[in-house]
Amino acid sequence: MANNEIMTINMGPQHPSTHGVLRMVIELDGETILKIDPDIGYLHRGVEKLSEHRTYHQTLPLTDRLDYLAPMSNNLGYILAVEKLLGIEPPERAQTIRIIMTELTRLQSHLVWLACHALDIGAMTVFIYAFREREAVMETYELISGARMTSNFFRAGGLSQDVPPEFEKKVRDFVNDMPGYIDTYEGLLTANPIWLKRTVGNGVISAEDATDIGITGPALRGSGVDFDLRRDITYAGYDSYKFEIPVGKECDTFDRYKVRLIEMRESCKIVNQALDRLKPGPVLADVPQVCYPPKDSVYNSIEGLIHHFKIASEGYKVPEGEVYMGIEAPKGELGFYIVSDGSSKPYRMRIRPPSFVNLQAIEKMAKGSMVADLVAIIGTLDIVLGEIDR
Amino acid sequence: MSNTNRAVEKLQGKYDSAILDVKQDRGDWIVTVKKEYLVDVLTFLKQECKFDMLTDVTALDYLDKAEDRFVMVYQLTSVPFKDRLRIKAPVAEADVTIDSATQVYASANWLEREVYDLFGIIFKKHPDLRRILMTPDWEGHPLRKDYPLQGPGREPYKGRLS
Repeated sequence: MANNEIMTINMGPQHPSTHGVLRMVIELDGETILKIDPDIGYLHRGVEKLSEHRTYHQTLPLTDRLDYLAPMSNNLGYILAVEKLLGIEPPERAQTIRIIMTELTRLQSHLVWLACHALDIGAMTVFIYAFREREAVMETYELISGARMTSNFFRAGGLSQDVPPEFEKKVRDFVNDMPGYIDTYEGLLTANPIWLKRTVGNGVISAEDATDIGITGPALRGSGVDFDLRRDITYAGYDSYKFEIPVGKECDTFDRYKVRLIEMRESCKIVNQALDRLKPGPVLADVPQVCYPPKDSVYNSIEGLIHHFKIASEGYKVPEGEVYMGIEAPKGELGFYIVSDGSSKPYRMRIRPPSFVNLQAIEKMAKGSMVADLVAIIGTLDIVLGEIDR
Repeated sequence: MSNTNRAVEKLQGKYDSAILDVKQDRGDWIVTVKKEYLVDVLTFLKQECKFDMLTDVTALDYLDKAEDRFVMVYQLTSVPFKDRLRIKAPVAEADVTIDSATQVYASANWLEREVYDLFGIIFKKHPDLRRILMTPDWEGHPLRKDYPLQGPGREPYKGRLS
């Protein structure tokens, strides 16, 4: 091969650093990337189409399977959109448990990001540590919902059931220990010369470009844009919690790493505040046309049984209208745009996945860098193919 | 919830003839514009009203329910003002084309490719209009209301026991 020849190579879809089934066609000049064309859609399951044929209640489990590393965040985004359409609010206890669970979800999603990102660049120890801590979150999931990943726990109007008594202690122990674990990761990485060599100055994208491409979440804040939906377009009662929003300066992979680590510490603070507020009370709103009756009444009274049967078979009718609900999912802005025609099934449900829009930036970020750095860039964008392909 | 919106007022002053409808639904502001003016309106909103992020682009299919079959939906977010605005533009089935928003927002690129892939709406002046989720040789556009759930040429699924 002549020295000046441009080579086109294929990366993925089965490649350990592509975090799922992402395929990229890369044009290389030596080891320098000239052009990237990501090829997605390998995991397309037609969730948006399916939702048009299912009731609002039946659509909920589909949302678990979008970003499978943050199922509770997906549940929350969908449920908030449905609640906005219905005009109902969950009781306070349900609201607080939702915040605890979505922040734990943020922690576990960031843990997987850190683990895989570090492993991709060659730091294997962090992977083992981060997965150990993630296990605690998975156990909490299992404790309250019975499932480790596809939790399907939130309901329009509250939660599917109350949490068991041991929940509080388990979560409290975890968030009290977590900052120490984060110190361990930082000890392994933050000042590590190899880590710095691979991340500082890698995948730079300016604040202006990042906004224009529509990047959201920690990746946007890493580029110095101070924008977090939890604070700025608040939802689910986040405005009553105190937390800092970290912002990067250098717009590179290292700053995005720092932003995410600080975010994890802030999540622990939010969970601690929420645990302080947790008081006994109902976890499901008193809206009989939407919410399932308590199990006790289903088993022991004919009215309860009929009530349960009606919601299970027909679903609940949602008033006509359209809403867009965007939440700060671990990976960025997760939006649900639902159009209702007044029936019990969505007329159209659009999911705005953060990873899909963030992945667009890869071309801009990776152009001109080495092919080995591409692995770091995929890691820093924190994509999940389940929600990109839907 | 206020009765006026900073951007909608400005927009009405500048592009009154282009606006078909303005409404508020559960706190969200929705402005429907003629599709010929879409790029102008988006440019105005980006430059004059600081809607610097195009969060989402999608479409709706009102098969047999509305005069114009498709409606394009654009969700705009303003980072400095921390608010949102939704722009809609009807697209008739006889002419399923609309100007691409990629000239204004870079984020429209993949989002419009997805709409093209799943709804079959053609974006004029789009730099790279290809299918994105379905395979390149796929026939039809799955999110259209007349596209069967189980795919073309297959018996409808009747449940496990049938």
